[in-house]
Amino acid sequence: MAISNKNARGHTSYWASIGHRLSGLALAAFIPFHFLVLSLAVNDRTSLDGLLSLADQPLFKIGEWGLVVLLVIHMAFGIRVLILELVPWRHGKDGRTNLVWVGVIAAIMIGIYFLVRAF
Amino acid sequence: MTTLRVKIWRGNENEEGEFQTFDVPARENQTILDVVTEVQRVQEPGLSYRFACRVGVCGSCAMTVNGKPRWTCRTHINAVAKDGEITIEPLRNMPVIKDLTCDMTEFFQKWQKAGGKFDGTITRKDPVATLPPSDLKRQKADAGIECINCAVCYSACDTVNWDSDYLGPAALNRAWTLVNDERAANRQEVLDKAIGDSGCSSCHSQGNCTAACPVGLSPSQSIHGLKRMSLLSFLGKGI
Amino acid sequence: MDRKLYILQRLTALVLLPLIIGHLIVILYAIKGGLTSAEILGRTQGSLWWGLFYGLFVVSVAVHAPIGLRNILKEWTPLNNQTSSVVSFLFGLLLLILGSKALVGVIF
Repeated sequence: MAISNKNARGHTSYWASIGHRLSGLALAAFIPFHFLVLSLAVNDRTSLDGLLSLADQPLFKIGEWGLVVLLVIHMAFGIRVLILELVPWRHGKDGRTNLVWVGVIAAIMIGIYFLVRAF
Repeated sequence: MTTLRVKIWRGNENEEGEFQTFDVPARENQTILDVVTEVQRVQEPGLSYRFACRVGVCGSCAMTVNGKPRWTCRTHINAVAKDGEITIEPLRNMPVIKDLTCDMTEFFQKWQKAGGKFDGTITRKDPVATLPPSDLKRQKADAGIECINCAVCYSACDTVNWDSDYLGPAALNRAWTLVNDERAANRQEVLDKAIGDSGCSSCHSQGNCTAACPVGLSPSQSIHGLKRMSLLSFLGKGI
Repeated sequence: MDRKLYILQRLTALVLLPLIIGHLIVILYAIKGGLTSAEILGRTQGSLWWGLFYGLFVVSVAVHAPIGLRNILKEWTPLNNQTSSVVSFLFGLLLLILGSKALVGVIF
Protein backbone atom coordinates (compact mmCIF):
# COMPACT_ATOMS: atom_id res chain seq x y z
CA MET A 1 0.00 0.00 0.00
CA ALA A 2 1.11 3.56 -0.57
CA ILE A 3 0.34 5.90 2.30
CA SER A 4 -0.99 9.22 1.04
CA ASN A 5 1.20 12.30 1.40
CA LYS A 6 -0.72 14.60 -0.93
CA ASN A 7 -1.52 17.30 1.61
CA ALA A 8 2.06 17.51 2.89
CA ARG A 9 2.99 18.81 -0.58
CA GLY A 10 1.53 21.69 -2.54
CA HIS A 11 3.33 24.50 -0.70
CA THR A 12 5.57 26.90 -2.62
CA SER A 13 8.92 25.24 -2.01
CA TYR A 14 7.44 21.90 -3.05
CA TRP A 15 6.52 23.30 -6.46
CA ALA A 16 9.89 25.00 -6.74
CA SER A 17 11.77 21.74 -6.21
CA ILE A 18 9.54 19.83 -8.63
CA GLY A 19 9.72 22.64 -11.21
CA HIS A 20 13.50 22.75 -10.83
CA ARG A 21 13.81 19.02 -11.43
CA LEU A 22 11.39 18.76 -14.36
CA SER A 23 12.80 21.82 -16.16
CA GLY A 24 16.29 20.37 -15.70
CA LEU A 25 15.20 17.03 -17.09
CA ALA A 26 13.58 18.69 -20.12
CA LEU A 27 16.70 20.77 -20.77
CA ALA A 28 18.93 17.70 -20.47
CA ALA A 29 16.77 15.95 -23.06
CA PHE A 30 16.99 18.92 -25.44
CA ILE A 31 20.70 19.78 -25.21
CA PRO A 32 22.06 16.78 -27.21
CA PHE A 33 19.83 17.81 -30.18
CA HIS A 34 20.89 21.43 -29.79
CA PHE A 35 24.55 20.34 -30.02
CA LEU A 36 23.81 18.02 -32.97
CA VAL A 37 22.24 20.84 -34.99
CA LEU A 38 25.17 23.14 -34.30
CA SER A 39 27.75 20.51 -35.18
CA LEU A 40 26.26 20.47 -38.66
CA ALA A 41 28.05 23.79 -39.10
CA VAL A 42 31.33 21.83 -39.42
CA ASN A 43 30.80 20.57 -42.93
CA ASP A 44 27.17 20.82 -43.86
CA ARG A 45 26.18 24.43 -43.81
CA THR A 46 23.23 24.05 -46.19
CA SER A 47 21.46 21.54 -44.00
CA LEU A 48 22.16 23.76 -40.98
CA ASP A 49 20.46 26.59 -42.83
CA GLY A 50 17.64 24.22 -43.75
CA LEU A 51 17.13 23.44 -40.08
CA LEU A 52 17.44 27.07 -39.09
CA SER A 53 14.82 28.16 -41.62
CA LEU A 54 12.61 25.41 -40.24
CA ALA A 55 13.09 27.22 -36.97
CA ASP A 56 11.32 30.21 -38.50
CA GLN A 57 8.01 28.36 -38.53
CA PRO A 58 5.66 29.39 -35.73
CA LEU A 59 5.52 25.89 -34.26
CA PHE A 60 9.30 25.84 -33.85
CA LYS A 61 9.30 29.33 -32.43
CA ILE A 62 6.83 28.21 -29.81
CA GLY A 63 9.17 25.29 -29.09
CA GLU A 64 12.14 27.65 -28.77
CA TRP A 65 10.06 29.87 -26.56
CA GLY A 66 9.37 26.87 -24.32
CA LEU A 67 13.08 26.15 -24.06
CA VAL A 68 13.93 29.75 -23.16
CA VAL A 69 11.26 29.71 -20.46
CA LEU A 70 12.52 26.34 -19.15
CA LEU A 71 16.06 27.71 -19.05
CA VAL A 72 15.01 30.79 -17.09
CA ILE A 73 12.90 28.69 -14.71
CA HIS A 74 15.73 26.24 -14.10
CA MET A 75 18.20 29.07 -13.56
CA ALA A 76 15.88 31.01 -11.24
CA PHE A 77 15.03 27.95 -9.13
CA GLY A 78 18.75 27.14 -9.09
CA ILE A 79 19.50 30.63 -7.77
CA ARG A 80 16.90 29.94 -5.08
CA VAL A 81 18.74 26.77 -4.05
CA LEU A 82 22.09 28.59 -4.01
CA ILE A 83 20.66 31.35 -1.82
CA LEU A 84 19.06 28.79 0.52
CA GLU A 85 22.37 27.00 0.86
CA LEU A 86 24.98 29.74 0.73
CA VAL A 87 23.43 32.69 2.55
CA PRO A 88 23.16 31.95 6.29
CA TRP A 89 19.59 31.90 7.57
CA ARG A 90 18.62 34.49 10.11
CA HIS A 91 15.68 32.58 11.56
CA GLY A 92 13.58 29.56 10.70
CA LYS A 93 10.55 31.12 9.09
CA ASP A 94 12.73 33.18 6.81
CA GLY A 95 10.66 34.48 3.90
CA ARG A 96 13.11 33.14 1.36
CA THR A 97 10.95 30.26 0.14
CA ASN A 98 8.97 33.01 -1.61
CA LEU A 99 11.96 33.49 -3.93
CA VAL A 100 10.06 30.99 -6.04
CA TRP A 101 7.81 33.77 -7.24
CA VAL A 102 10.72 35.91 -8.39
CA GLY A 103 11.77 33.03 -10.64
CA VAL A 104 8.29 32.46 -12.03
CA ILE A 105 7.81 36.15 -12.78
CA ALA A 106 11.25 36.38 -14.43
CA ALA A 107 10.40 33.38 -16.64
CA ILE A 108 7.06 34.92 -17.68
CA MET A 109 8.61 38.31 -18.48
CA ILE A 110 11.55 36.96 -20.46
CA GLY A 111 9.13 34.57 -22.19
CA ILE A 112 6.90 37.46 -23.28
CA TYR A 113 9.90 39.48 -24.46
CA PHE A 114 11.10 36.49 -26.49
CA LEU A 115 7.70 36.17 -28.19
CA VAL A 116 7.62 39.89 -28.98
CA ARG A 117 11.03 39.71 -30.63
CA ALA A 118 10.49 36.39 -32.38
CA PHE A 119 7.26 37.28 -34.18
CA MET B 1 -25.90 14.47 17.15
CA THR B 2 -24.28 14.25 13.76
CA THR B 3 -21.77 11.57 12.97
CA LEU B 4 -18.25 11.57 11.70
CA ARG B 5 -17.19 9.06 9.08
CA VAL B 6 -13.68 7.80 9.90
CA LYS B 7 -11.71 5.64 7.47
CA ILE B 8 -8.90 3.86 9.31
CA TRP B 9 -6.16 1.75 7.75
CA ARG B 10 -6.24 -1.82 9.06
CA GLY B 11 -3.16 -3.70 7.95
CA ASN B 12 -0.37 -6.08 8.90
CA GLU B 13 3.42 -6.03 8.64
CA ASN B 14 3.32 -7.36 5.07
CA GLU B 15 1.69 -4.14 3.93
CA GLU B 16 -1.56 -6.03 3.34
CA GLY B 17 -4.80 -4.59 4.54
CA GLU B 18 -7.70 -2.28 3.78
CA PHE B 19 -9.53 0.76 5.06
CA GLN B 20 -12.26 0.11 7.57
CA THR B 21 -14.96 2.76 7.99
CA PHE B 22 -16.33 3.68 11.41
CA ASP B 23 -19.13 6.10 12.22
CA VAL B 24 -18.47 7.95 15.46
CA PRO B 25 -20.45 10.75 17.14
CA ALA B 26 -19.21 14.20 16.12
CA ARG B 27 -18.53 16.11 19.31
CA GLU B 28 -17.78 19.78 19.74
CA ASN B 29 -14.31 19.28 21.13
CA GLN B 30 -12.34 16.27 20.03
CA THR B 31 -8.98 15.57 18.52
CA ILE B 32 -8.05 12.88 16.02
CA LEU B 33 -6.51 10.93 18.91
CA ASP B 34 -9.81 11.14 20.80
CA VAL B 35 -11.60 9.71 17.77
CA VAL B 36 -9.11 6.85 17.34
CA THR B 37 -9.39 6.10 21.06
CA GLU B 38 -13.20 6.13 20.87
CA VAL B 39 -13.14 3.70 17.95
CA GLN B 40 -10.82 1.38 19.86
CA ARG B 41 -12.75 1.55 23.14
CA VAL B 42 -16.27 1.32 21.72
CA GLN B 43 -16.18 -0.36 18.33
CA GLU B 44 -12.95 -2.20 17.52
CA PRO B 45 -10.79 -3.33 20.47
CA GLY B 46 -8.32 -4.90 18.04
CA LEU B 47 -7.27 -1.54 16.60
CA SER B 48 -3.56 -0.81 17.16
CA TYR B 49 -2.22 2.68 17.59
CA ARG B 50 0.44 4.41 19.67
CA PHE B 51 0.20 7.32 22.08
CA ALA B 52 1.44 8.34 25.52
CA CYS B 53 1.08 11.89 26.82
CA ARG B 54 -1.98 13.08 24.82
CA VAL B 55 -0.86 16.71 25.09
CA GLY B 56 1.88 17.26 22.49
CA VAL B 57 4.92 16.53 24.59
CA CYS B 58 6.01 12.96 23.85
CA GLY B 59 5.76 12.76 20.06
CA SER B 60 4.43 9.21 19.87
CA CYS B 61 0.92 9.67 18.42
CA ALA B 62 1.84 10.95 14.95
CA MET B 63 -0.22 9.49 12.08
CA THR B 64 -1.12 10.41 8.53
CA VAL B 65 -4.40 12.34 8.64
CA ASN B 66 -6.05 13.18 5.33
CA GLY B 67 -2.77 12.81 3.45
CA LYS B 68 -0.56 14.76 5.87
CA PRO B 69 1.47 13.57 8.87
CA ARG B 70 0.29 15.17 12.10
CA TRP B 71 0.31 14.84 15.86
CA THR B 72 -3.14 13.36 16.33
CA CYS B 73 -3.35 14.68 19.91
CA ARG B 74 -2.96 18.28 18.73
CA THR B 75 -5.17 18.07 15.66
CA HIS B 76 -8.74 19.19 16.22
CA ILE B 77 -11.31 17.37 14.13
CA ASN B 78 -12.73 20.62 12.76
CA ALA B 79 -9.33 21.56 11.37
CA VAL B 80 -9.13 18.53 9.09
CA ALA B 81 -12.56 16.92 8.55
CA LYS B 82 -13.87 17.38 5.02
CA ASP B 83 -17.64 16.88 4.66
CA GLY B 84 -17.62 14.96 7.93
CA GLU B 85 -14.97 12.51 6.69
CA ILE B 86 -11.48 11.74 7.95
CA THR B 87 -8.92 9.27 6.64
CA ILE B 88 -6.31 8.00 9.09
CA GLU B 89 -3.22 6.06 8.01
CA PRO B 90 0.07 5.21 9.74
CA LEU B 91 3.15 7.40 9.18
CA ARG B 92 4.96 6.95 5.87
CA ASN B 93 8.53 5.79 5.13
CA MET B 94 8.60 3.29 8.00
CA PRO B 95 7.48 -0.36 8.07
CA VAL B 96 3.98 -0.85 9.46
CA ILE B 97 3.74 -3.19 12.45
CA LYS B 98 -0.05 -3.25 12.58
CA ASP B 99 -2.82 -0.77 11.68
CA LEU B 100 -1.62 2.70 12.70
CA THR B 101 1.58 1.62 14.44
CA CYS B 102 4.90 1.65 12.62
CA ASP B 103 8.39 0.42 13.39
CA MET B 104 10.65 3.41 14.10
CA THR B 105 13.89 1.40 14.50
CA GLU B 106 15.48 2.56 11.26
CA PHE B 107 14.36 6.14 11.88
CA PHE B 108 16.35 6.18 15.12
CA GLN B 109 19.28 4.25 13.65
CA LYS B 110 19.60 7.06 11.12
CA TRP B 111 20.00 9.54 13.98
CA GLN B 112 23.08 7.59 15.00
CA LYS B 113 24.33 7.40 11.39
CA ALA B 114 24.02 11.18 11.13
CA GLY B 115 26.19 11.57 14.24
CA GLY B 116 23.36 12.24 16.67
CA LYS B 117 25.23 11.11 19.81
CA PHE B 118 26.46 13.85 22.14
CA ASP B 119 30.03 13.52 23.42
CA GLY B 120 30.88 16.09 26.06
CA THR B 121 34.19 17.76 26.78
CA ILE B 122 33.80 17.95 30.55
CA THR B 123 32.82 15.61 33.39
CA ARG B 124 30.23 16.00 36.12
CA LYS B 125 33.00 17.22 38.44
CA ASP B 126 33.55 20.31 36.28
CA PRO B 127 31.41 23.43 36.64
CA VAL B 128 28.42 23.68 34.27
CA ALA B 129 29.36 25.19 30.92
CA THR B 130 28.31 28.79 30.34
CA LEU B 131 26.30 29.29 27.17
CA PRO B 132 25.64 32.96 26.44
CA PRO B 133 22.32 33.26 24.55
CA SER B 134 23.90 36.02 22.45
CA ASP B 135 26.34 33.53 20.91
CA LEU B 136 25.54 33.01 17.20
CA LYS B 137 26.37 29.31 17.22
CA ARG B 138 24.17 28.81 20.28
CA GLN B 139 21.31 30.57 18.50
CA LYS B 140 21.69 28.24 15.52
CA ALA B 141 21.67 25.19 17.80
CA ASP B 142 18.71 26.53 19.80
CA ALA B 143 16.67 26.99 16.61
CA GLY B 144 16.56 23.22 16.12
CA ILE B 145 16.80 21.92 19.65
CA GLU B 146 13.10 21.50 20.46
CA CYS B 147 12.64 18.40 18.27
CA ILE B 148 10.83 15.57 20.07
CA ASN B 149 11.54 12.80 17.51
CA CYS B 150 7.93 12.36 16.38
CA ALA B 151 8.98 11.51 12.77
CA VAL B 152 6.36 13.79 11.20
CA CYS B 153 9.03 15.46 9.01
CA TYR B 154 10.53 12.08 8.12
CA SER B 155 7.09 10.88 7.02
CA ALA B 156 6.42 14.06 4.99
CA CYS B 157 9.79 13.92 3.19
CA ASP B 158 9.47 12.70 -0.40
CA THR B 159 13.24 12.31 -0.72
CA VAL B 160 13.24 9.66 2.02
CA ASN B 161 10.38 8.01 0.14
CA TRP B 162 12.35 7.98 -3.12
CA ASP B 163 15.73 7.09 -1.60
CA SER B 164 15.36 4.91 1.49
CA ASP B 165 19.04 5.39 2.43
CA TYR B 166 18.60 9.16 2.92
CA LEU B 167 19.09 10.01 6.60
CA GLY B 168 16.14 12.41 6.58
CA PRO B 169 15.29 15.80 8.09
CA ALA B 170 15.04 14.83 11.78
CA ALA B 171 18.46 13.15 12.01
CA LEU B 172 20.17 15.95 10.07
CA ASN B 173 18.47 18.60 12.20
CA ARG B 174 19.88 16.84 15.27
CA ALA B 175 23.35 16.75 13.68
CA TRP B 176 23.13 20.49 12.96
CA THR B 177 22.38 21.28 16.62
CA LEU B 178 25.45 19.25 17.69
CA VAL B 179 27.74 20.78 15.06
CA ASN B 180 26.85 24.17 16.56
CA ASP B 181 27.10 23.03 20.18
CA GLU B 182 30.26 24.42 21.80
CA ARG B 183 30.06 21.73 24.50
CA ALA B 184 30.27 18.84 22.02
CA ALA B 185 33.69 17.21 21.72
CA ASN B 186 32.91 15.43 18.45
CA ARG B 187 31.67 18.29 16.24
CA GLN B 188 33.95 17.49 13.31
CA GLU B 189 32.99 13.81 13.48
CA VAL B 190 29.27 14.71 13.49
CA LEU B 191 29.75 17.04 10.54
CA ASP B 192 31.63 14.36 8.58
CA LYS B 193 28.75 11.92 9.10
CA ALA B 194 26.04 14.47 8.29
CA ILE B 195 27.67 15.58 5.04
CA GLY B 196 28.69 12.04 4.03
CA ASP B 197 26.83 9.58 1.82
CA SER B 198 23.02 9.78 2.07
CA GLY B 199 23.45 12.85 4.26
CA CYS B 200 22.56 16.49 3.63
CA SER B 201 23.71 16.35 -0.03
CA SER B 202 20.66 14.23 -0.83
CA CYS B 203 18.15 16.93 0.20
CA HIS B 204 16.34 18.63 -2.68
CA SER B 205 15.09 21.67 -0.75
CA GLN B 206 11.52 20.51 -1.09
CA GLY B 207 10.60 21.82 2.34
CA ASN B 208 7.86 19.29 3.18
CA CYS B 209 9.62 18.78 6.53
CA THR B 210 9.40 22.43 7.53
CA ALA B 211 5.84 22.77 6.29
CA ALA B 212 4.78 19.75 8.38
CA CYS B 213 6.77 20.20 11.64
CA PRO B 214 4.23 20.50 14.49
CA VAL B 215 6.74 22.41 16.66
CA GLY B 216 7.40 24.95 13.92
CA LEU B 217 11.06 23.99 13.56
CA SER B 218 12.82 24.31 10.21
CA PRO B 219 14.80 21.16 9.39
CA SER B 220 15.30 22.83 5.97
CA GLN B 221 17.29 25.57 7.66
CA SER B 222 19.42 23.00 9.50
CA ILE B 223 20.07 20.92 6.37
CA HIS B 224 20.98 24.00 4.34
CA GLY B 225 23.33 25.03 7.14
CA LEU B 226 25.05 21.64 6.87
CA LYS B 227 25.24 21.96 3.08
CA ARG B 228 26.86 25.35 3.45
CA MET B 229 29.44 23.87 5.85
CA SER B 230 30.00 21.01 3.41
CA LEU B 231 30.80 23.48 0.61
CA LEU B 232 32.87 25.79 2.81
CA SER B 233 34.92 22.95 4.30
CA PHE B 234 35.63 21.75 0.76
CA LEU B 235 36.93 25.22 0.00
CA GLY B 236 39.19 24.99 3.06
CA LYS B 237 37.18 26.67 5.82
CA GLY B 238 37.33 24.85 9.18
CA ILE B 239 34.38 24.08 11.43
CA MET C 1 30.60 10.19 -3.60
CA ASP C 2 27.28 11.97 -2.90
CA ARG C 3 29.13 14.90 -1.37
CA LYS C 4 31.68 15.24 -4.18
CA LEU C 5 28.92 15.21 -6.77
CA TYR C 6 26.91 17.71 -4.73
CA ILE C 7 29.88 20.09 -4.59
CA LEU C 8 30.62 19.67 -8.31
CA GLN C 9 26.98 20.37 -9.12
CA ARG C 10 26.94 23.58 -7.07
CA LEU C 11 30.30 24.81 -8.39
CA THR C 12 29.23 24.23 -12.00
CA ALA C 13 25.94 25.98 -11.18
CA LEU C 14 27.93 29.04 -10.12
CA VAL C 15 29.93 28.90 -13.38
CA LEU C 16 26.78 28.37 -15.47
CA LEU C 17 24.90 31.29 -13.95
CA PRO C 18 26.68 34.14 -15.82
CA LEU C 19 27.01 31.94 -18.93
CA ILE C 20 23.24 31.35 -19.08
CA ILE C 21 22.52 35.05 -18.63
CA GLY C 22 24.91 35.79 -21.52
CA HIS C 23 23.32 33.04 -23.60
CA LEU C 24 19.82 34.43 -22.96
CA ILE C 25 20.91 37.91 -24.02
CA VAL C 26 22.36 36.51 -27.26
CA ILE C 27 19.18 34.50 -27.91
CA LEU C 28 16.92 37.51 -27.40
CA TYR C 29 19.21 39.62 -29.59
CA ALA C 30 19.62 37.06 -32.38
CA ILE C 31 16.03 35.79 -32.65
CA LYS C 32 14.85 39.04 -34.26
CA GLY C 33 14.46 38.46 -37.99
CA GLY C 34 15.20 34.72 -37.85
CA LEU C 35 18.41 32.71 -37.61
CA THR C 36 20.90 32.02 -40.41
CA SER C 37 24.17 30.11 -40.30
CA ALA C 38 25.98 33.15 -41.77
CA GLU C 39 24.76 35.31 -38.90
CA ILE C 40 25.71 32.79 -36.21
CA LEU C 41 29.07 31.88 -37.70
CA GLY C 42 29.86 35.54 -38.46
CA ARG C 43 29.63 36.15 -34.76
CA THR C 44 31.47 33.11 -33.50
CA GLN C 45 33.99 31.92 -36.09
CA GLY C 46 37.58 32.61 -35.15
CA SER C 47 36.58 34.34 -31.95
CA LEU C 48 38.72 33.39 -28.96
CA TRP C 49 36.20 34.86 -26.50
CA TRP C 50 33.18 33.06 -27.88
CA GLY C 51 35.35 29.93 -28.03
CA LEU C 52 36.16 30.22 -24.32
CA PHE C 53 32.55 31.16 -23.50
CA TYR C 54 31.01 28.16 -25.26
CA GLY C 55 33.89 25.84 -24.30
CA LEU C 56 33.34 26.53 -20.61
CA PHE C 57 29.58 26.27 -21.18
CA VAL C 58 29.85 22.80 -22.75
CA VAL C 59 32.16 21.44 -20.05
CA SER C 60 30.03 22.84 -17.20
CA VAL C 61 26.80 21.48 -18.70
CA ALA C 62 28.42 18.07 -19.28
CA VAL C 63 29.27 17.93 -15.55
CA HIS C 64 26.14 19.63 -14.17
CA ALA C 65 23.36 17.82 -16.06
CA PRO C 66 24.43 14.18 -15.42
CA ILE C 67 24.57 14.78 -11.65
CA GLY C 68 20.93 15.86 -11.67
CA LEU C 69 20.06 12.99 -14.00
CA ARG C 70 21.71 10.53 -11.58
CA ASN C 71 19.47 11.74 -8.74
CA ILE C 72 16.38 11.44 -10.91
CA LEU C 73 17.30 7.92 -12.06
CA LYS C 74 18.10 6.85 -8.48
CA GLU C 75 14.88 8.26 -7.08
CA TRP C 76 12.29 7.99 -9.82
CA THR C 77 13.25 4.82 -11.71
CA PRO C 78 13.84 1.25 -10.56
CA LEU C 79 17.55 1.55 -11.51
CA ASN C 80 19.95 1.00 -8.60
CA ASN C 81 22.61 3.51 -7.56
CA GLN C 82 25.39 1.94 -9.61
CA THR C 83 23.39 1.68 -12.82
CA SER C 84 22.13 5.25 -12.35
CA SER C 85 25.71 6.43 -12.01
CA VAL C 86 26.89 4.57 -15.12
CA VAL C 87 23.97 5.79 -17.27
CA SER C 88 24.50 9.37 -16.09
CA PHE C 89 28.24 9.18 -16.71
CA LEU C 90 27.60 7.99 -20.28
CA PHE C 91 25.11 10.82 -20.76
CA GLY C 92 27.78 13.28 -19.61
CA LEU C 93 30.22 11.77 -22.07
CA LEU C 94 27.64 12.13 -24.86
CA LEU C 95 27.15 15.80 -23.95
CA LEU C 96 30.90 16.36 -23.96
CA ILE C 97 31.40 14.72 -27.37
CA LEU C 98 28.41 16.38 -29.08
CA GLY C 99 29.22 19.68 -27.39
CA SER C 100 32.84 19.57 -28.56
CA LYS C 101 31.70 18.83 -32.11
CA ALA C 102 29.30 21.78 -31.98
CA LEU C 103 32.06 23.97 -30.56
CA VAL C 104 34.43 23.00 -33.37
CA GLY C 105 31.61 23.67 -35.83
CA VAL C 106 30.84 27.20 -34.76
CA ILE C 107 34.31 28.43 -33.75
CA PHE C 108 36.77 26.94 -36.27
